[in-house]
Amino acid sequence: MAPIQLLINNSPHEVEVAPDTPLLWVLRDKLNMTGTKYGCGMGLCGACTVHLDGEAVRSCQTAISSVGSKKITTIEGLSADNSHPLQKAWIAEQVPQCGYCQPGQIMSAAALLAKSPKPSDQQIDSAMGGNLCRCGMYQRIRRAIHRAAGEGA
Amino acid sequence: MATVISRRKFMVRSTVAGAGLLVGLRFSGPMLLSQESEKAKKKAPVNPFDAYIHVKPDGKISLIVAKSEMGQGIKTGLAMILAEEAAVDFNSVSVEQAETRPDIYAHMGTGGSGSTMENYMPLRRAGATVRELMITAAAQKWNVPKTECVAKNAVVTHQKSSRHATYGELVEAASKLPLPDQEKVPLKNESEFELIGHATPRVDIPSKVNGSAGFGLDVRVPDMLFAVVARCPTFGGKPTHFDPAKAKSVAGVRDVFEIPALGKDMYTAGGIVVVADSTWAAMKGREALQIGWNHGAAASESSESLHAELRAAATKPGKRIRNDGDVDAALPASAKRVEAIYEFPYLAHATMEPMNITVHSRGSDAEVWAPTQSPDWVQRTVAKLLDLPPQKVVVHTTLMGGAFGRRYMADYPAEAAQIAKVVGKPVQLVWSREDDMTHDFYRPAACHVMRGAVNGTGLPLLWSHTISSTSIGVLWGAPDKLEESEVGGAKQMPYDIPNVRLEYNAVASSVPPLWWRSVEHSFNGFAVECFIDELAAAAGKDPVEFRRGLLVKPANWKAKDEDDPDPARLRGVLDLAAEKVGWSKPLPKGKGRGIASYHSFGSYIAEAAEVTVTGNNFKIDRVVAAIDCGQVVNPESVRAQAESAIIYGLSAALKNEITIKNGAVEQSNFDGYDPIRIDEAPPIEVHIVKSKADPGGMGEPALPPAAPAVANAIFAASGHRLSRLPFQLKA
Repeated sequence: MAPIQLLINNSPHEVEVAPDTPLLWVLRDKLNMTGTKYGCGMGLCGACTVHLDGEAVRSCQTAISSVGSKKITTIEGLSADNSHPLQKAWIAEQVPQCGYCQPGQIMSAAALLAKSPKPSDQQIDSAMGGNLCRCGMYQRIRRAIHRAAGEGA
Repeated sequence: MATVISRRKFMVRSTVAGAGLLVGLRFSGPMLLSQESEKAKKKAPVNPFDAYIHVKPDGKISLIVAKSEMGQGIKTGLAMILAEEAAVDFNSVSVEQAETRPDIYAHMGTGGSGSTMENYMPLRRAGATVRELMITAAAQKWNVPKTECVAKNAVVTHQKSSRHATYGELVEAASKLPLPDQEKVPLKNESEFELIGHATPRVDIPSKVNGSAGFGLDVRVPDMLFAVVARCPTFGGKPTHFDPAKAKSVAGVRDVFEIPALGKDMYTAGGIVVVADSTWAAMKGREALQIGWNHGAAASESSESLHAELRAAATKPGKRIRNDGDVDAALPASAKRVEAIYEFPYLAHATMEPMNITVHSRGSDAEVWAPTQSPDWVQRTVAKLLDLPPQKVVVHTTLMGGAFGRRYMADYPAEAAQIAKVVGKPVQLVWSREDDMTHDFYRPAACHVMRGAVNGTGLPLLWSHTISSTSIGVLWGAPDKLEESEVGGAKQMPYDIPNVRLEYNAVASSVPPLWWRSVEHSFNGFAVECFIDELAAAAGKDPVEFRRGLLVKPANWKAKDEDDPDPARLRGVLDLAAEKVGWSKPLPKGKGRGIASYHSFGSYIAEAAEVTVTGNNFKIDRVVAAIDCGQVVNPESVRAQAESAIIYGLSAALKNEITIKNGAVEQSNFDGYDPIRIDEAPPIEVHIVKSKADPGGMGEPALPPAAPAVANAIFAASGHRLSRLPFQLKA
């Protein structure tokens, strides 16, 4: 196993893992960055969503060998102090219940707002449809995205 | 507000489970109350400074919550109750999870929607006791009458002399004072409440938007390893042989070994364990295992055969649970008969965070990090398997990515203890999503056969209900009482009908059953609220007016037990939901409105749904909920729990089903068992009745009315009655 260089939340990291190891498990088990969650391992639930060069990807479906020099952003890199407009909106709308899916929800929403600063409900449906919330907080998620959009994410 | 909760719901300590397991059965008053008071007599009163309110001399205050946070907001709610009576500033305290100390905390299990009901008065008294002791300490210090001192924001003030002392300054003296009789400590009048009843932001939410919240899977301790278990896909099956060679050659795999299945109280499948230095390596190692299975007796079981058995069992006489009047009496010639069959599949809990737990066995003691609803049961289970006294097993309760009843079980803790004993290092047992879905304990499958009749003037004459299900009772070994976990809400069918009969037949199955959010109310609510709708239609009456006419509260009404619904409160939420949804406003063709009102877990909830039906498709346009859960602690959590339970219930009604083939579950991930997603989730409005009644539960009771409200709306829109869940509009 050759060492692999990664740029995560603007910090360089080096890991030695099998090349087929999903980014999810590198983050969680090798780097102890546990904000990114395991939910299904098949790209079905969105709990593991991170950004690669600003695009939302499922880290459970992203082999570490495919990351290359792309910049990885995880929930821990969104802000240090809950100051990102989405984090503020998530708190204002009291979105999380169990909270397990929320890092993935927020990362999907952040990628959406980067492309569509004022998303319609349809745009929210299509961007967030891959993120399950078993606590069913969908209308709060929708409200929080609109709130963050209003504040200019 | 009554100062004594006379209708408190209790989780019952089951003796059959041996381990002192708290099960989700709730027995009515006298017997249990006497047991409780006897126990209370034996135990010294809990010192609130030890148990609930830690005050440091520097003024730092921690409020301790001895229930598990699984998303329901209990960490905030119980702390609010303490802060209210203790007169401390909620924004400047920290809220901490209790240690697993069954010697201090009588009921650590979190379930049955019971945490607020069970703790409302005890925690008010605990908080008030601290306030009283602080005031007493200040009064003694200043040599002034207690009545001249007031406490606010953790400061005692003697206004006449303008003297102040903080709780930090007073705690040393206060904690040495004799404890007053906590039953007699003066409590705040509810008009003085500053927290209870006021929407309060949750204490756990900031950590849940930045990845710092610590769930079970997020536990990281030095030198830890990760383990997965290969279990027989068939329930009850066992490995006959296995070859570890290929698994051991996977990079990172440390060990491969077998653990046996454990019996009653533990209910593990046993299997082949792969231990590795990462979750991924453990999973890859498991894929490389070669295992031969003896699939056992369950291999002949399938959903088809099971549903046929359930149907047969629901159409024959069963154990009689309720019998008012005589349902077999001859009916007048004008009577219109109505019959219905409702069928319910197995359901998985499918928490977002799969089962997991971390255990470190150190020989003479052990440490456990457990995402659990029952930390004390985890402690006893791990202790038993590691041959340790329970007090040598430290159990840290972590946050949970959902629980819904699943995390009450101690099966995964038992597996992890078996593994930790071999490994000797901290080891995190990880269940993959596939493990979680195929080795869950499932909401029982059931069949309900209903018969009714209305007379020529549209009054119901009889109601006959026969339930068959794969009873949860089989877990706890009371073969003659298998109905107890299955008939709640059907037994208390609240409508005033002269002839009522309820019967029950259990059906055996190899599929392990369990409490699933709202337990039997998840099907009984559907049966009762759909069938009363069918009777209303047969009577040619409006569904709201028909129900109203049958929710009669006699002048001398008295609850038979704590599960007996007050007809007036049920009618109150029915009226409120009807008003808020605009029941009397006409809808365009193709749209329909339905309603259901139901009592469970001490709360009364009516839900009205509007749907649009197009051919064989339908869309839920909105859901309006009216809630009377008695005294509200945090309205924000009441709303969120209602929204959550409605979506959870509708996921099951619309989409989810666990099917069995050859004794194994056919669905293994969210492709085969896909809960509602954002584009399918209807807008939900929640309206809360202002009430001073004893607090009811909120984790579950908004679930039962959701599916029948939608089914009744589909009927209103299309004339199509749904008889099988999940819904399919085509015949």
